[in-house]
Amino acid sequence: MIAKVGLDGHDRGAKAIARLLKDSGMEVIYTGLHQTPEQIVNTAIQEDVDVIGLSILSGAHMGISRKILGILQEKGVENMTYIVGGIIIDRDIPKLKEMGVAEVFPMGSDIDDIVAFLKENQV
Amino acid sequence: MMNMEEIKKSQEKWESENRLDGLPSAKSDMGEELKVVYTPVDVAHVDYLKDIGYPGAYPFTRGVYPGMYRKRPWQMRLYSGFGTAEDTNKRWKYLLERGNNGVAVAFDLPTQMGINSDHPHAEDEVGRLGVAIDTLRDMEILYADLPVEQLVSSFNINAPAVIILAMYIAIGEKQGVPPEKLAGTISNDILCEYVSRGMWVFPPAPALRLVGDLAEYCAKHLPKFYPFNIRGIIMREAGANMIQEAAFAFSNALAYIQEITSRGLHVDDFASRISFFFATGLKIFEEAARYRAARKLWARIMRESLGAEDPKSMLFRFTGTTGGSYYRPREPQNNLVRGAYGLLGNILGGAQGMLHPAWDEPFAIPTEESALLALRTQQVLAYETGITGVADPLGGSYFVEALTKAYEHQIEAAIEQIEGMGGAVRAIEEGFMQREIAGEAYRVMKEERSGERVVVGMNKFVSEDKGVVKPETPFHEADPHTRGRQIERLDRVRTERDDNTVRDCLSELKDKAKGKENLMPQLVKTVKTYASVEEIMETLKQVFGTFQEPINI
Repeated sequence: MIAKVGLDGHDRGAKAIARLLKDSGMEVIYTGLHQTPEQIVNTAIQEDVDVIGLSILSGAHMGISRKILGILQEKGVENMTYIVGGIIIDRDIPKLKEMGVAEVFPMGSDIDDIVAFLKENQV
Repeated sequence: MMNMEEIKKSQEKWESENRLDGLPSAKSDMGEELKVVYTPVDVAHVDYLKDIGYPGAYPFTRGVYPGMYRKRPWQMRLYSGFGTAEDTNKRWKYLLERGNNGVAVAFDLPTQMGINSDHPHAEDEVGRLGVAIDTLRDMEILYADLPVEQLVSSFNINAPAVIILAMYIAIGEKQGVPPEKLAGTISNDILCEYVSRGMWVFPPAPALRLVGDLAEYCAKHLPKFYPFNIRGIIMREAGANMIQEAAFAFSNALAYIQEITSRGLHVDDFASRISFFFATGLKIFEEAARYRAARKLWARIMRESLGAEDPKSMLFRFTGTTGGSYYRPREPQNNLVRGAYGLLGNILGGAQGMLHPAWDEPFAIPTEESALLALRTQQVLAYETGITGVADPLGGSYFVEALTKAYEHQIEAAIEQIEGMGGAVRAIEEGFMQREIAGEAYRVMKEERSGERVVVGMNKFVSEDKGVVKPETPFHEADPHTRGRQIERLDRVRTERDDNTVRDCLSELKDKAKGKENLMPQLVKTVKTYASVEEIMETLKQVFGTFQEPINI
């Protein structure tokens, strides 16, 4: 599931990645804009997704990731991988990983790395 | 005189002798094959007087003013705003003291979406991408010690544009400056938000009414204010190619013009105050040709299709910028160079103003130092290279003239396609523009992935450390106390204001929104009570409803 959370409406990357993953043979859901963390976790549970990929370009990735991971934990969701992509400054990456984000793909990541990561995680 | 037949023959001979078919192919940004060289044969169908002419004269291919940059270079502005109003006020003063002309206000996302800083959805966003404006109090602080009579302000805001303009009028009043003396621009381009970027609130029909209210009010009361800065850039940055950017922006503009003329105004009553804001990539000659083509086509549409008689109504005036999507996060200092080339393309294309992005903008709000470098990049081009001396220096280039002609037809064809669907609003509701743009974004992504489209330091000449930013590189840090300070102020405003007056004004606004009268006077009255942006937007939502996004990938 490719998710846009919060007020950030930049969806070029989210849509392009969603399409690329579809073309790579994966089943992809795109949430559309302006979702809340609660909404996306609920959709993820309903649709029984393997991976939630947050796309965010506004700089709010720390707060929003903390909330999403918190809700996942609250609801006792296991076996769901949470990854983040977008405008992520390098020094935030270790902090995100410490928080429980499985992988971070900042703008400029090699797209093949994203596909490879998802395949390794048996999507 | 040139003999076309003779040139053709000699060209054929030259081509056959030099085995040009063995050369590697070169493609335009849109993927079209380019010739090795362009000759008079490629512009044989171009008529100098009809197609090119003189700067400042119809069809304005060579520029909107006769002297172009002789009198003064383009307006140099930086898009600037962050944190609270105090933070932004301080940054503006720093930039104005160093030769920046005017201010271009960046608003934070909560303000752009019409919610207050204490709204739960605003939590991680207050003051992050721009300045937070909750009430008129914030605008008062934003403009403290900055006389609006001498300042040109440019506002990048769409859904709550009417509220921000109402606040600016109120600021003018407080400083003793009547509306007719206020100079500036407000984007007021809601349609681009449905296509890209998603900063919509209301459904398209009532949103268009607000667009019309703002423009009509400006036509009558703010003669120095541009009520439109139509944002091709929002669509370009989402992936539109340069032709789509121009075509979609023009189609959106035509929808606004129709909305305003349906109120009984003549196109010449307001069209001279329409301006545009486009993004520019790094294909310098193609971009310059595209701007020349856009200028000519817009003049033709305004005169021939819409019946404009005032030459000022026919001018495609634009602010340009190097598109932020051309800036890259690896070896980010390279963006300084990319920006300079994009700037060159804009100026060769005849831009009236530039919002030049700083090299560190892929990551953060610029630092003082990077913002100054962006301004200096423009000043060096304007004052050291001699580029301001001669208007439209590329005019007459076989290559650029051939592209100009071709692009004019391509933009026109795309506009006709949208008109054939019933206009911009229908095309957007059906997701047409969105799909076209997503398709281009996908094409470019695949080309970069395969290496066919080179990005230095990203997919070619990649350095060993992959150009990862050094940890000691200074970036602007968001102040973690911004939200707290902002909410504190909002709470103080709430206790100081007269809640009854606020309530009365909002209730009058609601009644008037149900009718047809222009809402601007009531909005000016309402913001002066220190009603918040969110209170006003919520009131309007009760009448207008909200937009539901069609999702397709």
